[in-house]
Amino acid sequence: MKNTISFRVADFIKNYPPFNEIKLKDLEELSQEIKIVYKVKDAVIFDEDEKAHEYFYMVHKGAVALSRNADNEIVDLCDEGDIFGLRPLMANEDYKIGAKAYEESILYAIPISNFKVFTKSREGVSNFLMESFASNTRNPYSVGRKGKLFQESPEISVTPPTNDLLDLQSVNYSKKLVSCPPDATIKAVATNMTKKKVGAMLVLKDKLPSGIITDKDLRNKIATGEFPITARAKDIMSSPVITYPTKMTLAQAQMAMMKSGISHLCLTQDGTPNTEAIGIISKHDIMLELGNNPAVLMKAINRARKFKKIKRIRHSIMSLLKGYLAQNIPLTLISKIITELNDACIKRVINISLNKIDTTPPVKFAWLALGSQGRSEQLLHTDQDNALIFEDVPEDELADTKKYFIELSKRVTKGLHEIGYEYCPAEMMASNPEWCLSLTEWKERTLHWITNPGKDEVLLSSIFFDYNHTYGNQDLVQQLTAHILSTTQKYPIFFVHLASGALQNPSPSGFFRSFLVEEDGAHKDFFDLKRRALMPLVEGARVLVLSNQVKSINNTAERFEKLAEIEPNNQELFLACSYATKALLKFRTKQGLLHNDSGRFISLDTLSKEEKIKLKRTFKTIKELQELLKIRFKVTNLVG
Amino acid sequence: MISFFKKRKKNFPDFWVQYASKFETKLPTELQKVRFVVLDTETTGFDYDNDRILSIGALNLQNNTIAINQSFEVFLDQHFYHAKNIEIHGIMQEENKERITEIEALMFFLEFIEDSILVAHHAGFDIKMINEALKRHGMPNLKNKVLDTSILYKRTLIKSPLLIPQEQYTLDQLAEKFDISTKDRHTALGDAYITAIAFIKIVEKLKSTKNFSIKKLWR
Repeated sequence: MKNTISFRVADFIKNYPPFNEIKLKDLEELSQEIKIVYKVKDAVIFDEDEKAHEYFYMVHKGAVALSRNADNEIVDLCDEGDIFGLRPLMANEDYKIGAKAYEESILYAIPISNFKVFTKSREGVSNFLMESFASNTRNPYSVGRKGKLFQESPEISVTPPTNDLLDLQSVNYSKKLVSCPPDATIKAVATNMTKKKVGAMLVLKDKLPSGIITDKDLRNKIATGEFPITARAKDIMSSPVITYPTKMTLAQAQMAMMKSGISHLCLTQDGTPNTEAIGIISKHDIMLELGNNPAVLMKAINRARKFKKIKRIRHSIMSLLKGYLAQNIPLTLISKIITELNDACIKRVINISLNKIDTTPPVKFAWLALGSQGRSEQLLHTDQDNALIFEDVPEDELADTKKYFIELSKRVTKGLHEIGYEYCPAEMMASNPEWCLSLTEWKERTLHWITNPGKDEVLLSSIFFDYNHTYGNQDLVQQLTAHILSTTQKYPIFFVHLASGALQNPSPSGFFRSFLVEEDGAHKDFFDLKRRALMPLVEGARVLVLSNQVKSINNTAERFEKLAEIEPNNQELFLACSYATKALLKFRTKQGLLHNDSGRFISLDTLSKEEKIKLKRTFKTIKELQELLKIRFKVTNLVG
Repeated sequence: MISFFKKRKKNFPDFWVQYASKFETKLPTELQKVRFVVLDTETTGFDYDNDRILSIGALNLQNNTIAINQSFEVFLDQHFYHAKNIEIHGIMQEENKERITEIEALMFFLEFIEDSILVAHHAGFDIKMINEALKRHGMPNLKNKVLDTSILYKRTLIKSPLLIPQEQYTLDQLAEKFDISTKDRHTALGDAYITAIAFIKIVEKLKSTKNFSIKKLWR
């Protein structure tokens, strides 16, 4: 029976090969027999050597990792619209690769018996399947490097990822040609290049490539005065254009550029300048494909126009992070680079969201990152905690202004969710009206927390006070900071509460210096690295920095370094704290990457003896810090 | 008293007797084996006495899998048609959809649901609407266990002084939280699908809590 759901499924699969080769009517028939399967993260879809299913699969939402048991290394990552599990369809055998949900996923299970007619009747379908099947099972040379690949254009990433040697990987070129006619003015050319954020423009004459203009041409020929600004495209273009066919590997493309000393190749239908131009490939595209360079990633982020694209870039950021950790690069440096990239992603998400709204913001505003992101300690994907401040408006405009910013925030938080930041379970997000306030409202709110330091208020301020400006007007943020610093100075009792809050996290080790593990819940017998080890350091640093009136240092390790500078008599302890923070953070990040989660809960039996000793060493420092807090803020009287 | 019931029972249509007999066996205790039927109804309004069901959409959910060919979608021929509903539901009377009578719809529906556990968002409303329809045709209430996603969802929220739970959560809010497309919103089967995905995610969340058992879902 055709119904609403089968139509919706047909509507989705028709966009991806091999289904795009099949008539919609047939797809609607086929869709009725499809099963929709939900898989939690890490759930197995099929194991290596498992008996063949009666279905093959398409990822509708989420991502699926294909891997071999032997090394457990991910061979391929299937995204939305990718198909996998083709072996039973092509070769009546059991699976040779296992499939597991890499993220929480919704899959379409397509019954092989119903699908087979299409493989026979349609050449396009069978060709596609043969190709993707062959490439999925070819020798696993590039296993280690595969994860670092990154496809530049998700819109055209319909060709299934292959396992070829990286250099033999065929290039992804951008199909959206930016071009101009030969008599276009230089001004129009430059304007368009700026708008499209590209470094080169193709000059087309009757659809055939007749020349190319790059940034370099503008600099060398216009800026030098060789040609006047009134010149035409044909005057300054490099001609003839060096053209190649579209079927080209990365290595070939690199060679071609080196050989001719150029940075852009034009791809045409048959590889000669006499056929229509199809795409253009730049050095940048190739760099991106090779993928592990922060500058290239940064450029890609700033060019992204869709959330989905940023999500892909974030995969690359993660492999970059993995690489850095493997090379033992100092954590301070790693976290600087990764934070910058994450920050750029968030900025981009806000930018895209702003573009999607028809009206411009009514007044100035600032987007704040809270919690770990505010402290620049967020290396892995965790929850999003954020807030928004907007400029004060007359009272009768407040409701409308707030409505605008909540609407904006909803789009931003949704976008962030899409690129991999989970929603904050406590709704601590700018889309919540409680966290989207005018400057005056924020001043009142923080004043209330500081002057009424109950349990909730201390908790709220401890999360909020690590805010960091990510987007928008700096001035609003500075005004709020000044307000908070002067208020806390007037109400020193607040520090006592903040310090006692910092001491409330349970100690990391028990009486016999054993690890204290969680006693119940989903993480029973796991060690809670965040709550027991990192939080005491983070909270200690916060209260000490605030009471010392230190402005705009948010990072915990840096805060301790600053404190060591301010208080020479405690220098040794604070430097130890700084070191411990970095060590724990690195440890958490490694654990998180290992298990594709936030790294917060650690199963102790997976740790080596050396790792355990290292962890315990940091516990000693934590204990000393807690002693110092107790004495300095006379907390004992309070907790009793 | 008992004999009185037995007598009455004989007057029920065959399809009801058939349906009622399904409840003689016990439900499985393992979650993967339990058959859930996620449903939604579109009605002419919210008045149990005067409003009528316009369509029922339901799908079969077992072991986190929805088989599309085991889903249920019927459109009812109702005389009590209110023009105002066109705006919300987009079900036009003129629309070229095959329509069946209320008693036929009930018959197919009972045959479809058997002894499954029914799931709906604001389930109370849908179940009451169906029960009212059953009553009009001289049958008793549905015998199935019922779960309401609007209530279950609240159990997934963390307990935090910073989070004040709302009294009610709409299906749109759930779709937003769980990132489910709302393209087919306000068609019975489309809403049932959204509810089903939300339900799966809710149960997965609850499963990770301490000492989860299937019985806890009813609590």
